Amino acid sequence: MSETKAVKRTAAIVGSGNIGTDLMFKIMRRSEHLEVKYMIGVDPASDGLARAARLGITTSAGGVDWLLAQDELPDFVFECTSAKAHAINAPRYKAAGIHAIDLTPAAVGPYLCPVVNLDSLEDVLNVNMITCAGQATTPIVAAVSSVVPVDYAEIVASIASKSAGPGTRANVDEFTETTAKALEVVGGAKRGKAIIIINPVEPPMIMRNTVYCAIPAEAAEPGELQDKIRVSIDQAVASIQDYVPGYALRVEPQFDTAREDWDGNGRVGIWIQVRGAADYLPEYAGNLDIITAAATRTADLLAERMNATATTVGAHA
Amino acid sequence: MNTTPEFSVRLTDTTLRDGSHAMSHKFTETHVRSIVRALDDAKVEVIEVTHGDGLGGSSFNYGFSLTPELDLVKAAVDEAKNAKIAVLMLPGLGTIHDLNLAHEAGASMARIATHCTEADVSIQHFQHARKLGMETVGFLMLSHRTTPENLAKQARIMADAGCQCVYVVDSAGALILEDVSDRVEALVSELGTDAQVGYHGHQNMSFGVANSVFAVRAGAKQIDGTLMALGAGAGNSPTEVLAASFDRLGIHTGVDVQGVMAAAEDIVKPIITRMPIMDRASIMQGYAGVYSSFLIHAERAAERYGVPAYRILEEIGKAGYVGGQEDMIVDVAVTLAAANKAA
Repeated sequence: MSETKAVKRTAAIVGSGNIGTDLMFKIMRRSEHLEVKYMIGVDPASDGLARAARLGITTSAGGVDWLLAQDELPDFVFECTSAKAHAINAPRYKAAGIHAIDLTPAAVGPYLCPVVNLDSLEDVLNVNMITCAGQATTPIVAAVSSVVPVDYAEIVASIASKSAGPGTRANVDEFTETTAKALEVVGGAKRGKAIIIINPVEPPMIMRNTVYCAIPAEAAEPGELQDKIRVSIDQAVASIQDYVPGYALRVEPQFDTAREDWDGNGRVGIWIQVRGAADYLPEYAGNLDIITAAATRTADLLAERMNATATTVGAHA
Repeated sequence: MNTTPEFSVRLTDTTLRDGSHAMSHKFTETHVRSIVRALDDAKVEVIEVTHGDGLGGSSFNYGFSLTPELDLVKAAVDEAKNAKIAVLMLPGLGTIHDLNLAHEAGASMARIATHCTEADVSIQHFQHARKLGMETVGFLMLSHRTTPENLAKQARIMADAGCQCVYVVDSAGALILEDVSDRVEALVSELGTDAQVGYHGHQNMSFGVANSVFAVRAGAKQIDGTLMALGAGAGNSPTEVLAASFDRLGIHTGVDVQGVMAAAEDIVKPIITRMPIMDRASIMQGYAGVYSSFLIHAERAAERYGVPAYRILEEIGKAGYVGGQEDMIVDVAVTLAAANKAA
């Protein structure tokens, strides 16, 4: 065990903005199997690069060109730039054999939520972290759809105005469309819909997500099936809390009996709060926290598996 | 009749959009055709037809439409001889894809709504609507939540993105007289000839029509109303009262006053399932500054969880929730019910 701990896999963070900087702190503080080797930006004056340099990380404002010119390439690269930039960078990472964890909405690779579908994507070299709302809600939809068929899942994500960066604001449609699709692909709903609300109240509101799933009429009535859904949701919440400690249900899941205008389905509603760990961004920005935490967890688990494989191979050699 | 009126404004009727809230989104194609025909005959120039929460609003969170909204838009376009058919959309809820479909269905005007401090989420939608050749209106919702100066800055963002008229939208019915004229004046002075200014009022504290008069005197050129006040909260400024009082004040609208009164009385009144009234819950919306469409959802939660609707709305006001956060109502109701139990 101690040998695998000694071999930390290396990571490069590309993009030295809020997300990249928060991610840097998360990996340094919370990852067992990763170390941040490089922090790459394009603006030499960025706060993120300065902080990284002070922490002894090799930094450059020379972009991906600089990174790929290094003798020692990282095992992982975290893309924290933009969808446009990642579309250009992705084939270059692939050619260099670097595992890419994409935090932009580019979706070059498949959507991944570490507590739902990591196993099936273990060998994929480029994975996409969906959106903050996708990380917060797809595991809950998956928890429900693992018990009963979910014809339709709908989520409402509310984030503090101060935590909505220019990228999110300029691409609201991309955000809702990507999240909705992930409710289907990752969550297992037949059809998904996502809504995002930006709220400017002071003090800033902590990120909230409401998940509604259409469920068969019998599951909306008290009984065994409903109990199974509750247990499944509780398990999902617990496994997310493992890497997002501020993730919690606000109230017990609420079951509504079947209605005609719901195509004869019943409904379960789940109210979630995501308080951030405040690694770099304030705790109300649970939306930014959950996506950096999910990216860290994903790479950490992959690194652990790489190390385990390496150890096994070594033992046989 | 005064042939050289001091003021000239355009009335937009949104019975078939804001009124959709009060009808729990159950308008039928027959309703739409009869209302559009009556409004068109009465020379109302713009008629808005969409789910109450705008394109894509049909959902668990806001209520599902009985008839797909695009079918209703198509029926309205087919029925209108002169009136333009407008659709509402809220970025974050509806998308450009929805806007394209509405445009294909014949809608010629896009009204794009954001919270009063978040106008920058609408930039891509205004640009796209203009590219489609649609006339554009911007809605700064819950306008009471920011100052006239800040509201004017947000209006500038919309105008620069291609918005042709920015509305001061009193979604909570919380603005009173000078609250409205101060905001309208600030927008007029910021926008100059770049865009017009409009006003959308609610009746939660009974000021819809009076506020509209203040808006016009401060320079607003477009005013919203609904027939029989049918709309969210205690309802909207009634189109027929706007038309009649504006006529008496010499504010030219081009609308046939008798025609809209008849439309309200003969066409809309018989189909209303729930008359908008100023009751404790809706007055609380105006008083606490709560988005009007929360009302019916709060009433439903009140019934289910055994707490009064006005108390839910009061808490919603304190928490500062904004338009679209209807999901918070259940959270608040469950929390209040638990507190009552513990007490």
